Amino acid sequence: MHDMSAHAVHHGAPTSFLRKHVFSLDHKVIGKQYYALALLAALIGMVLSWIMRIHLGFGSYAIPGLHLLSKNGAPGDVMTPEYYLQLMTMHGTIMVFFVLTTAPFAAFGNFFLPIQTGAEDMPFPHFNMMSFWVTFVGFWVLVASFFAGDGPTLGGWTQYAPLSAIGSVGGPGEGLGVVLWATSIAIFCIGQLLGSLNFITTTLDMRCKGMSLMRLPLTAWAWFITSLMGLTAFAVLMPACILLILDHVAGTSFFVASNLVINDQMLPHSGGSTLLWQHLFWFFGHPEVYIAIVPGLGIVSHVLITNMRRPMLSHRVLIYSMGALATLSYMVYGHHMFVSGMNPVSSLAFSFPTLVITIPSTIVVLIWLGSLYGSKLRINAASLFALGFISMFISGGVSGFFLAQPSIDIMLHATYFVVGHFHLVMGVAAMFGIFAGTYFWFPKMVGRMMNETLGKVHFWMSFVGAYCIFMPFHYLGIAGNVRRYQAFTDDYLIHLIPVHKFITVAALFTGFAQLIFLYNLIHSRFKGEIPPNDNPWEGTSLEWSTATPPPHNNFGDKMPVVYHDPYQYSVEGASADYIMQTSPENVHSPDEEK
Amino acid sequence: MQGSQFAQESTSSMATTVHEPPKIELDHLPSQGSGNGGRRNLVPTGGDFQRRLKDYSPPPASTGIWVGLAAITMTFAAFTSALIVRQGGAADWHHFTLPPVLYLNTLVIIASSVTLEIARRRIATFMGGLKGGDQDGGASPARWLYVTLFLGLLFVAGQTFAWMQLRAQGFGIATNVSYSFFYVLTVAHALHVFGGLGGLVRLIGKLHKSVLRRSTLDAASRYWHFMGVLWLYLLLLLWMKL
Repeated sequence: MHDMSAHAVHHGAPTSFLRKHVFSLDHKVIGKQYYALALLAALIGMVLSWIMRIHLGFGSYAIPGLHLLSKNGAPGDVMTPEYYLQLMTMHGTIMVFFVLTTAPFAAFGNFFLPIQTGAEDMPFPHFNMMSFWVTFVGFWVLVASFFAGDGPTLGGWTQYAPLSAIGSVGGPGEGLGVVLWATSIAIFCIGQLLGSLNFITTTLDMRCKGMSLMRLPLTAWAWFITSLMGLTAFAVLMPACILLILDHVAGTSFFVASNLVINDQMLPHSGGSTLLWQHLFWFFGHPEVYIAIVPGLGIVSHVLITNMRRPMLSHRVLIYSMGALATLSYMVYGHHMFVSGMNPVSSLAFSFPTLVITIPSTIVVLIWLGSLYGSKLRINAASLFALGFISMFISGGVSGFFLAQPSIDIMLHATYFVVGHFHLVMGVAAMFGIFAGTYFWFPKMVGRMMNETLGKVHFWMSFVGAYCIFMPFHYLGIAGNVRRYQAFTDDYLIHLIPVHKFITVAALFTGFAQLIFLYNLIHSRFKGEIPPNDNPWEGTSLEWSTATPPPHNNFGDKMPVVYHDPYQYSVEGASADYIMQTSPENVHSPDEEK
Repeated sequence: MQGSQFAQESTSSMATTVHEPPKIELDHLPSQGSGNGGRRNLVPTGGDFQRRLKDYSPPPASTGIWVGLAAITMTFAAFTSALIVRQGGAADWHHFTLPPVLYLNTLVIIASSVTLEIARRRIATFMGGLKGGDQDGGASPARWLYVTLFLGLLFVAGQTFAWMQLRAQGFGIATNVSYSFFYVLTVAHALHVFGGLGGLVRLIGKLHKSVLRRSTLDAASRYWHFMGVLWLYLLLLLWMKL
């Protein structure tokens, strides 16, 4: 009765090795591929941060073997000032694009969005496959810049013009390095656009019988909202990268002003606008922050609900708040540019929505705390990381109040205060979301449980370690410690060096905790406990109603039918303390929304 | 488009936690909306399966094309704002007259939209198997698609001619930023037109194999019309600003 060949979704189970494991059309395999890529990228990014921290804390301490990475950048294993900036740029770029975007959004979203909506696959599986492989190529183009010419670009992950656009006269990596950077990011944009296209159509069109929009779990909503942001944000970053590349290879003058003299050389460009790059970049860049964090909001809510055995105070308000965050994220981007020489009136115009955006964020946090209050939370690695996420989100968010106001931001903008702020709220919080998702979904993804004890050790070390790293950053910032410096030799900075030493030790300690996670992940993949059943956490959403790991078309022969709102826990009169979405059990309970 | 169905569904779901899933009658499938995890609308309408175009429209293709067009719109919006910002602050902006061939190209791309629309209707009639369908269209439904394809290629050729003309006059991409924007915008548009041409070729191939679906036809033609509208917008922008 079904015309199996007619629809792209109904691709049969793959038979060849290539289709099964490499160029797979299966969203679950693609999700795992994204996860593996993010894991590799996170490792590289972490090692880069270690190298930088050792340099910052212990000055000219030689790091054995560093010269292998770059002969010119680290002669005698001690890095040059330029090489510090190059590593910093790569750390930022790799972490923001290839970890914080790919892991919570592309990896988990790919694996679980179709399952949670009750679809057999995404509607455009070929686009989905291309999405991963394009991202993969983008990653290696970026990594290639380590070894090409005089190394990677040193312009920071934001690549501010004119430094990014003037070519090799600007310093090592400013020629070929920038071109590779911009090419890599443009490719990455294509990958995420294809992914977002699939995510949006899956959510709108592929839901199973009975799955109304409001019955989607909060994770599905988070990915849907994120994909809407991804679609609009990456579509703007890509043209910006193209213009940047043209300034390099075609001699155009989009971003380089007239009569610019660098290193005694008069540049041939004329009339370019340096602020233009910042506008284009931050119009992408601020939504990108929320692209990194909103999936985490969904994952944390999902994990907490399952472990609290009760729904959130309000399902709808959480969804609306995430929607409000996404909408406002486009109106606040100028708060990154308070010190860029923008018209002060514009600063005010961007400051106001920035303060407003704290309202939906606060609502989300209050809903979490209110729902947690008095609940009998099941403590496991996943729920601990979810709690840790909330802690980081609050700590990092509170400093946002200060930075949102131009008069204070002007003082703090170029200091470590900002580094502490965004690492807590965007970096560590998003990473904790990834960890919560990993511990929670690992049994469904690979059919093995992760080691809980190691997971808890991993949590406490990361939690304490992350605070030891990033809280002192705020202190450093208020004390006037400028960021992006590779050494602190000024009088007013020298007495802060002990703080830097402490941070470096904390960074090595926290990084070591991540190696425990890596061991746990790999060991559990092969030797982990087999989960007792398909639903080890007693969850309600669709991913727990299918086999472990899910079959090729997710649900086998019988497509699911949904009868309930997503989080029916502790319903009075029910036979168990939870009712699966697919359970036809007919229990009348007071509506959770009222 | 799916709004009403969901609105009803979600209001009823508010009252109690449990209710029946929406009923989907096999003989009257909703043409849009959620339902079967992508399986809906895959029930053949009956009749000569090989010959018929499946006149149901799976929403993913329809939604997907709108989502794609939204992304393209954002891209060109970014280019536009870059142009306006860059021109606003520049003393070096060089105004120039657009190559006249662009106006001819405009006529060509408008004509291609008209021929595509004719093709779409002919194919629908042909595949729908309505009695006494247009003799001409019935004989060769792909004919108008070929005409559209030709006009599309003619448009790209015309654009190439415009670039060559400018280059011959000594105006390259780096001559002045106004030329940079001219080349960037027209080349970006032309690349997207190539995507549309690929879509047309796919349509013709599927039509010959009788596996063309209505949704594919509609999605591809929506994309093509969008390319026309986008070009009109770009022409206006370039005409005003350059």
